[in-house]
Amino acid sequence: MEAASIPSGGRGLLSRSPLARLPDRALKYGLTALSALILVLIVYFFVRLVGESSPAFSHAGLFGFTFNKDWNVNAERFGALPLVVGTLITSALALLIGVPVAVAGAIYATELCPLRLRAPLTILVELLAAVPSVVYGLWGIFFLAPKLRGAEQWVADRISFIPFIGGGLVTIPNYFITGLVLAIMILPIVSAISREVMATVPSDHKEAALGLGATRWEMIRMAVLPYCRSGIVGGAMLGLGRAIGETIAVTILIGDAPQLGSHLFGQGYSLAAVIANEFGEAQGLHRSALFAAGLVLFVLTLLVNGLARFFVVRAARGGSTTPTAGVGDGGVLVADAVSGA
Amino acid sequence: MSAPSGSSDLLGRFAVSPARRRRDSLARGSILAATLIALVPLVLIIYYLLLKGLGSWSSSFFTTDPTGNTFFKSSSIGGIKSAILGTVEIVALASVIAVPIGIGVAVWLVEYGRDSWFAHTVRFFVDVLTGVPSIVFGLFIYIVLIVGTGSTYAGYKGAFALTLLMLPVVIRSAEVVLLLVPGALRESALALGAPRWRVIFSIVLPTALPGMVTGVLLAIARAAGETAPLLFTAGATLKTSFGLGSFMNSLPVQIYSDVTSPTASVEHRAWGAALTLVVMILILNLIARVVARRSRLA
Repeated sequence: MEAASIPSGGRGLLSRSPLARLPDRALKYGLTALSALILVLIVYFFVRLVGESSPAFSHAGLFGFTFNKDWNVNAERFGALPLVVGTLITSALALLIGVPVAVAGAIYATELCPLRLRAPLTILVELLAAVPSVVYGLWGIFFLAPKLRGAEQWVADRISFIPFIGGGLVTIPNYFITGLVLAIMILPIVSAISREVMATVPSDHKEAALGLGATRWEMIRMAVLPYCRSGIVGGAMLGLGRAIGETIAVTILIGDAPQLGSHLFGQGYSLAAVIANEFGEAQGLHRSALFAAGLVLFVLTLLVNGLARFFVVRAARGGSTTPTAGVGDGGVLVADAVSGA
Repeated sequence: MSAPSGSSDLLGRFAVSPARRRRDSLARGSILAATLIALVPLVLIIYYLLLKGLGSWSSSFFTTDPTGNTFFKSSSIGGIKSAILGTVEIVALASVIAVPIGIGVAVWLVEYGRDSWFAHTVRFFVDVLTGVPSIVFGLFIYIVLIVGTGSTYAGYKGAFALTLLMLPVVIRSAEVVLLLVPGALRESALALGAPRWRVIFSIVLPTALPGMVTGVLLAIARAAGETAPLLFTAGATLKTSFGLGSFMNSLPVQIYSDVTSPTASVEHRAWGAALTLVVMILILNLIARVVARRSRLA
C-alpha cells in the first residue's frame, strides 16, 4: 500500500522533521551556554579582583602585603598580617570548640538517642543554621560578651603565665568571643555532614562489634568513628571555610582594632571584617588594599574548601579501603548536605 | 557431657568488666552533655530575641521609616518599614534571576552534561561558588557594576550580589532532586515519541518540582539573612524606595548599622528588626519542610 511505503524524501517514517527538531537543539545549546556563562562569569570576576588589588600588591609586594604587621590607613601602610592572624585564630578557635560538640551531637543523634528524639534533635540543630549572621553578632555583642566577660577575665588571670593567650585586660569584643560565636555558627554544617556520614556506616560493622561483646561506646569508637573519619574531617574543613569567610558577626565581635592582639582576650581584626568596616570610605590605595584582602580571603577559602571536598568525596565513597553497598545514597546525601546546609 | 554450668557463672565469664562499663557510661554521658551544650545557644538566642524583640514590636514599628534620630527616646528613632520592603524587593529580584538560571544549569547537568568533562568543570566551579565568602560577592559586584560603570549603589546591584550567593545553592539542590527522577520515566516518554524538550518540561520538571521548591526556598532564606553582600552594593538609606535603581535599605543592613551605632537607644530597633528577620526566615524554612515532605521523590 502506498501509505506504508517509505517516503522518498530521504526521511524515515519515524524521524522528525528538521523543524520539529529545532526546539530540542535550542534547549540543549541554550542550557549549555547558560552553564558556560557561569564559568565565564567566575573567571571574569576573579581576573577583575586580581586587577583591582594589584596596586596594593605592587606597593608592598605579595609577601610584604601578607606578612607585614602594620595596617595603618593614614600612613598608607597596608600589611595584612594582623588580619590574617585574626582570621586564623578565630577560625581555629571555632573548630576547637565547635567540632567536638558537633560530632558528639551527631553521634548522639545517630547511635544513642531514642528513635523518637532523632528528628526533633536534628531540626533543632538545623534551626541554628537559619539564624542570620548579623543576628549572631547582635546577640553576641549585647548578650554573650558582657555576660562572659567576668569569666573570661578570671580565666585570663589564671593563665596569664602563658604568653599570647592569658593575661592582660579582657575587652568586651575580643578574639575568644568571636571564636565562640563562630563555633555556634558552624555547628549545624559540621553536625549535618557528620550525621550523613555516620548514617552510611554499614550496620554489619556495628552489629559485629556488638556481637563480639563491645559496649556501645566501644562500638562507636571502633566501628563508627574510624569509618567516618574522613567525612568528619571534610565536614570540619567546610566549617572552617565558613568560619574564615564569616563577615558580619566577626566585624561586630572582634573589635576592629588594626593590630596584632596581644592576647586571646584582646581586640583584633579579620580579613573579612576589615572589608566590611573600612570599604565604605576607602579610596585609592586603601581600597585596592581591601580588594587585596578580599583576594587573600578568597584564595584561603578556596584552598580550605578544596581540601574539604576531597575528604567528603572520599568519605562518600565509603572510606578509602571499604567500598560497600548503599554508599551511593550516602554520596547523594552528603552532596546535598554540602550544598544545601 | 559439659552441660552449661550455672547462669551466674556464665554471667561472670561474659559480663562486661566494671572498668569498661564505667568508661562506657562516662563516654555516653559526655556525648549527651555535649549534645545538650549544642542546644544551649539556640535556646538563649531564641529567648533573647523574643524577650527584647517583642518589646520593641508595635504597629508603628512596622509602618514608619527609621528617622536617623538616635539621641532621644525610642519613640522617635522610627521603625523598620523601609528595611522590610527593601529586603522583600531585593530578595524577590534576586530569586527571579537566580531560580531560572540555577534550574536551567541543573537541568543541563543532569539531562545533557552528565559525565562529560565540561559538566565536571561546571560542577567544580559551582562548588567554588558555594565556598566564596559572601562579602567577596559584594566585592565582585562592586567592581563590575559600580567601578565598572562609574555609578553608585542601587537596589538591583544588591540583588545581583544575592543572585550569585543563591545560584550554587539552587543548582546543587535542584541537581540532587533531578537525579532522583527515575530514568524509567524518561525512557517511557522517549519511547512514546516525545522529543527531549517535552520530556524535560512535561515529565522531569513536574516530577522534581516539590523537591526543587524546597531547595529554592532554602536558598531564598539564606539570601534574605545576608548583610555583607549588600553593604557596598545596595547601600544603606532611611527612606522607603520602590525603585530598584536607587539606594535601598534592608533588614540585615539596618540591624548592622544599629548594632554598630555608638548610641545605645537604637539597640531596641535592632532586636525588633532581628526578630522580624528571623521570623521571616523561619517561615520560609517551615514552608520548605512542608513541601519537602509532600515530595514524591525520596
